[in-house]
Amino acid sequence: MSATTAVPAPALSLRPWLTAAIVWGLLLTVPFWLPLVGGYTALAARVLVMGLAAMSFNLLLGFTGQMSFGHAAYFGLGAYGAGLSLKYLAASTPLAMLMGVLLGGLAGTLFGLLIVRRRGVYFAMVTVAFGQIAFYIAYSWNSLTGGYDGLRGFVRAPINLGFTTVDIANNDIAFYYFLLVVFGIAVGLLGLLLASPFGRTLLAIRENERRARFLGIPIERHIWLSFSISCAFTALAGSLYALLNNFADPMGLHYSLSGEIVIMAVMGGMRAFWGPLVGAALFVVVQDYISSMTVNWMSFVGLIFVLVVLFFPRGLLGMLQGRGSQ
Amino acid sequence: MLQLVLFNVTNGLIIGAFYVLMALGLSLILNLSNVINFAHGNFLALGGYIAFVLTPYIGFWGALLVAPILTAVLGFVVERLMIRRVYSRDPVYSLLLTFGLAFIIQDVCRYIWGPNGLPMTVPDVLAQPLSQNLFFITGYRVFMVAVVIIAVAGLFAFLRFTRVGIRIRAGTLDLDTVAALGVNVGLLRSLNFAVGCLLAGLAGVLAAGQIGLNPNMGDDVLMPSFIAIIVGGVGSLTGTLLGGLLIGVAGALTTIVWPAASEAVIYVIMLVVLVVRPRGLMGEEGMLT
Repeated sequence: MSATTAVPAPALSLRPWLTAAIVWGLLLTVPFWLPLVGGYTALAARVLVMGLAAMSFNLLLGFTGQMSFGHAAYFGLGAYGAGLSLKYLAASTPLAMLMGVLLGGLAGTLFGLLIVRRRGVYFAMVTVAFGQIAFYIAYSWNSLTGGYDGLRGFVRAPINLGFTTVDIANNDIAFYYFLLVVFGIAVGLLGLLLASPFGRTLLAIRENERRARFLGIPIERHIWLSFSISCAFTALAGSLYALLNNFADPMGLHYSLSGEIVIMAVMGGMRAFWGPLVGAALFVVVQDYISSMTVNWMSFVGLIFVLVVLFFPRGLLGMLQGRGSQ
Repeated sequence: MLQLVLFNVTNGLIIGAFYVLMALGLSLILNLSNVINFAHGNFLALGGYIAFVLTPYIGFWGALLVAPILTAVLGFVVERLMIRRVYSRDPVYSLLLTFGLAFIIQDVCRYIWGPNGLPMTVPDVLAQPLSQNLFFITGYRVFMVAVVIIAVAGLFAFLRFTRVGIRIRAGTLDLDTVAALGVNVGLLRSLNFAVGCLLAGLAGVLAAGQIGLNPNMGDDVLMPSFIAIIVGGVGSLTGTLLGGLLIGVAGALTTIVWPAASEAVIYVIMLVVLVVRPRGLMGEEGMLT
């Protein structure tokens, strides 16, 4: 956090509120301005979902300093959990989300036990391999998951609030605001978590693990908790993704999606709270545009990775912050 | 039954040999430069395609020799131009960089040679079965295993007896000291990366003769190669060698009793190793933490 301690005190107290106000202002008014610039509501919904996944992932990368390259697994497990619940248990959207979070969160908690002692690229390598286990199961358990073709045959159900019913199944705009509410709650929880003593301890581990250990902080337990929480929130994003598409497919568990989640966090700015959301917005929009323009979209996506790493390693918000503090 | 077991052990050894070639290259790069090369499978594909292009001019035997070297040259250039720039940064950047490169190389292969599979012919000498009874042991399969054995023996000899090889091993243990002794560490890392790509390219040529060519032919080998490294133990090339053979043969033997689980058994082995012996079969204590 040495970069932010150099920031003068007034800027430090004002800036987060200003950023949050801009972000929420833009998100709340999406259905009004997005069609004017040629977008469509489903695209904004995808930005929210991927943004939530990237922000959840960033709890681990940006704020704990550990790099998971297998987060697509928990995203995909969330999607399958929600889809299977809607298909086989009950036509209830909240239940589907709960099952998705449970499936992804528990898998993350269990795997987390095996990897907390690893660091750096080895942490990444084991998380990739674990991620592929989930991919492999979804891919080959044909009778349950639909295998290669993905899980179909479920639709999101309207939300019953007691006094009224919100028809998220047919009304795209209603569904967008439903996503925004869930996103807001999840992001609020993540923000509270980071501001709590637990969150501060994670920052201490990121900055200097050895010193934190000397202070008596149980490092492994903190990393494990951070990993599990991050996985649970990523699974929530995954369950929203299943609701958005009424579909869950094995590519949602593949490690190429893990890489995309990482690049979203990095290109938006992994040290900034809102960075991953900005990165997700950029990535989703650019990918949508490129894949409609050319069949060779993979080259362009790869080029985004290379350019971001070589020339913009601090990400968009990271560069803005850096300029502001000087 | 004996024939079936032999058939699957042969298959397993061949698949394992590919894992070994890939995993040894990955392991070399990982140990010295702390980089996971996600594009390694794409260097395998490049090796195969280069051989495909060269075969009409210099024949299969010439391509077998030249294609891996050209792959290594490409790897050297990629390392010099890009990967070298991120060594001093957080490891997340090297991962993202090789990840992006994997996308680009795969797409370029698809653009140049098309999305569909291409056949690659091997000399008639190698295509014949060696005996009527053991029809599955074609000359080509024996040849592949022989080439892999020679390549692995060559690699270990290179690391043990040549100056560059000794420096690579020393750098794996303590790069700062090696640099302080006056070794050009940047060049050493580039050469090491090139050696890794050489092995991938060789695997590509051999695989092309067996299963043909397609743009994502390396993808199926990448993940088992990671697992071979984890199972064998990070930091130990001998461990990687054993890990690759182990998961190759285990996968093939599972095919006899339960074909659907042949891939699952690889992951099960990894989980068992991680629970029972986290540092891997031959890994050094403390290498992972």
